[in-house]
Amino acid sequence: MIIGLDVGGTHTDIVLVGESGLERKIKVPTDTSALFQTVLTGIEKITANIPSEKIKHAVLSTTLTTNAIVRDKLSPAAMIVSGGPGIDPEAFRTNEHYFTVSGSIDHSGKEIKPIDENQIEEIARRLKSEGIRHVGVVGKFSARNPDHELEIEKILAPYFDKIFLGHRISGHLNFPRRIATTFLNASVYPIHKEFFEAVKSTLKQKGISIPIYILKADGGTMHFDASIDFPGQSVLSGPSASVMGSVAFAPEDKETIVMDIGGTTTDMAVLINQVPLLSPLGIEIGKYKTLIRALNSYSIGMGGDSVVRIEGDSLKIGPDRIGPAMAYGGPVPTPTDALFVLDKTDDVNGDKNKSINGLTPIAEKLGITVEEAAFEIFDLACQDILTHARKMIERINSKPVYTIKEVLTGYQLKPRHIMVLGGPASYFAEHMEQISEFTVQRVPQWSVANAIGAALSRTTCEVTLFADTQKGVAMAPGESFSKPVKSNFTKKDAMELGYDLLRQKALQTGADIDDLDLDVLEDLEFNMVRGFRLTGKNIRVKLQVKPGLIHNYKMITDKIAAM
Amino acid sequence: MLSAKHKTGLVFFPAFDWAISPTHPEREERLLYTQDQVFEEGLLDIEGIIEYKANVVNIKDVQRVHFCAPDEKTVMTESHFISAGGAKTIADAVMNKNIEKGFALVRPPGHHAMRIVHGGRGFCNVNNEAIMIEYLRSAYNVDRVAIIDTDCHHGDGTQDIYWHDPDTMFISLHQDGRTLYPGSGFPEELGGPMAAGSTLNVPLPPYTSEEGFLYVIRELVLPILDEFKPDIIINSAGQDNHFTDPLTNMHFSAQGYADLTSLLKPDIAVLEGGYSIEGALPYVNVGIILAMAGVDYSNVKEPGYDHSQLRQSTQITQVIEKTCDTVMSNWNARELIRMRMKGNKKFDKRRRSVMYDTDGFYEHQNETIRICSDCSGVLKIDSTSDIGQHILAVHVPRKACRACREQGFEWYDSASERNYDMIILQNRVDDTYQIRKKP
Repeated sequence: MIIGLDVGGTHTDIVLVGESGLERKIKVPTDTSALFQTVLTGIEKITANIPSEKIKHAVLSTTLTTNAIVRDKLSPAAMIVSGGPGIDPEAFRTNEHYFTVSGSIDHSGKEIKPIDENQIEEIARRLKSEGIRHVGVVGKFSARNPDHELEIEKILAPYFDKIFLGHRISGHLNFPRRIATTFLNASVYPIHKEFFEAVKSTLKQKGISIPIYILKADGGTMHFDASIDFPGQSVLSGPSASVMGSVAFAPEDKETIVMDIGGTTTDMAVLINQVPLLSPLGIEIGKYKTLIRALNSYSIGMGGDSVVRIEGDSLKIGPDRIGPAMAYGGPVPTPTDALFVLDKTDDVNGDKNKSINGLTPIAEKLGITVEEAAFEIFDLACQDILTHARKMIERINSKPVYTIKEVLTGYQLKPRHIMVLGGPASYFAEHMEQISEFTVQRVPQWSVANAIGAALSRTTCEVTLFADTQKGVAMAPGESFSKPVKSNFTKKDAMELGYDLLRQKALQTGADIDDLDLDVLEDLEFNMVRGFRLTGKNIRVKLQVKPGLIHNYKMITDKIAAM
Repeated sequence: MLSAKHKTGLVFFPAFDWAISPTHPEREERLLYTQDQVFEEGLLDIEGIIEYKANVVNIKDVQRVHFCAPDEKTVMTESHFISAGGAKTIADAVMNKNIEKGFALVRPPGHHAMRIVHGGRGFCNVNNEAIMIEYLRSAYNVDRVAIIDTDCHHGDGTQDIYWHDPDTMFISLHQDGRTLYPGSGFPEELGGPMAAGSTLNVPLPPYTSEEGFLYVIRELVLPILDEFKPDIIINSAGQDNHFTDPLTNMHFSAQGYADLTSLLKPDIAVLEGGYSIEGALPYVNVGIILAMAGVDYSNVKEPGYDHSQLRQSTQITQVIEKTCDTVMSNWNARELIRMRMKGNKKFDKRRRSVMYDTDGFYEHQNETIRICSDCSGVLKIDSTSDIGQHILAVHVPRKACRACREQGFEWYDSASERNYDMIILQNRVDDTYQIRKKP
């Protein structure tokens, strides 16, 4: 059996899945100020009377690091950045303790200017005296040559508890994002570590000794121990939990849009034959653009609690939320109130009369009955969501490509199927199908699909390898790997090497050997010509373990679907 | 957080799967390191810099500019359709005001491609800028266009296409034609009888550096643009004036290119040549993009850059100043020159041979233009290539007067199919392209 736990804004969903499908499901209120207690209570409750050895592992999707970033409650950390020529790294300043140091490496990985050891030493001493214990180090093009970052690390080591190096965080070329990502890793490290160590040890004390995984924004999992070095990976895992909870029930041979219609927002993502689409670079959170691998999700300010108002002489919904629906005592009318008026909800906690009162002024302004106004609101909410879904597809399809082959044979998404989950989902589903070209389906067990998704996701990771046969080297700096190669080294050799590294990495970060569904993200090979003569090959390979579900998921999800 | 002062669009199409031949300078690898640099600098994350996907041009877009023999599909590869399409994509975005400025970082280049195309010359088959400009004219009614060609090689293709067009100001800055391909681009090349002065050439001595280029822009190009008053300014942004370029002998730099872009303020830049793919292009392109967007580029420096080492001699400075004086006086005397060239002639004729170095053959042209006081004059070109095609190309210009239109139709109708493989009428008044072929 596996535990899936997803912390949400108001409540936390916990499920236990196993041979008989959804064995248990519970909800506990989320106490943001005591997340630890929430998680602990959840796990204790879901495992009550079940012996530890029957539980394979638990996957937790928490808002811990997300909240810290969004609420700007990050632990103090320092950044040491070496840029060299180009845009002044000062433009990418992340925080107060941010130092631009000398040293520069060019796009080929060649050292242009060495680092200044004294400068680093001086900064280290100063930071230590100011009580800084965690530091991030990022050099421009460190993903091509990590030497400077490694040299700086060596100097810093005696002064700090934990050092994060840019080239380990991501193999993508994007210096500003690598800075932001490394900074976030360094800044959420203490809370992440403290939290999970506390969870682990407390569970152990209580006799619940199970491996703990965290869910990542790319819909994959990672063993907690491995996440200590990449705590940033736990950021924004919430939306991916819901998407992964839909995967098993999506058509195997179709493109599907997954929509999680919540109170404040609707989050959308795309599945292609049950495989979620990844975002090209990484998540954006708060003011930070990052290289944290993530599903390509799209969030709009439209949900059950969005504000309904009249602008000019037409209805407008969202993008803001002021409070709950008026049926629940909220201050302004919302789509949820429309559902109450239309008798599309039977929640006994809500008061339909309050909804009617709330919608009356709108109906009067529009010169129609309250029921008609309610229907128009409901219809508009559905229309708006569909419009955004079409825009999202258009945006994905207009992504630039760099080869003739891709221009001419470019894969264009044309999804005709939608899966919805979230509170008002079932009412929306039927109407959206009526007014659109899509077939619309509800996700089974939608109210805990997020937790199911967390439970069933497999471990994912990515490896970037490049080779320059002119220099005679193949490197995967993210994996601390480098190896001399001969001039006859080919892309095929690079792929084999990459796959080996990927398998190792996946197993180290907690993957089950049966879950290694490997995939090519990029494979490029260029002739290098210098002075009209072929001098070598430049090979670039990016490989991943695809986001997806663990190998025996079907046994579980078939039972869930049949419930 | 960085943000662009001018909302700037970018089409990046490196054609990673296209080369003229495996070791040719125009090969897959050319923009690889530029992409690395652009990505690593995070340029596409700057607020107000937007990347667009390159669209493809259609045959009709090509037929507004070129006469392709035997046809477009034969002389163009897919990459040419996409490269020109990249320029068109940027043009659309500028005209629709989605962006203020745009840069088509595309390959293959186009500025050596002339009006008639039998094959490839100077790594170019079709003219990306001209295809874009004629599209702008027909889709958005753009009228006056200035093209400033800052590639190290003379933009002889663009010059040829706009030789007779007084509404298109073409100014080329390039390494002296006596020392570099294609061997043309001298100050005396001023355009045809109805358009003299709207083509201007500024040959620069080898080893011209930042001072020289910026002097020409400041003292010559900008004042002329002020007077010409273009609706839109295009920069043919070749990057082979760089001191590390393997095919040329100039002393320009990434800073220089960025300064030039800041001064010139082009609405649209289109990449042309530039073959120092590791030492120059990554930095020059970053400099140009930042300059277009109005973001500080003062720290963009290529390895090995040493301003003091790259200074030009006073002798070079004097040569440049003198050339600028000559060009400026030609510009000022353009009306007089046009009058003198027209004389009392009814028609003006020229014969010439065009070398297709990339594909290795010659084309021979007999060109006739009707001297006209009401429009830029109808044009016909009798063209034979060494590889077999003999065509008659009739070009009725965009603003052709009635007499010129009728003359054009007459030329087209009366030519005998027995004498030509193809007789083509490119009618820019009605935006049509008609072909008669040997039966």
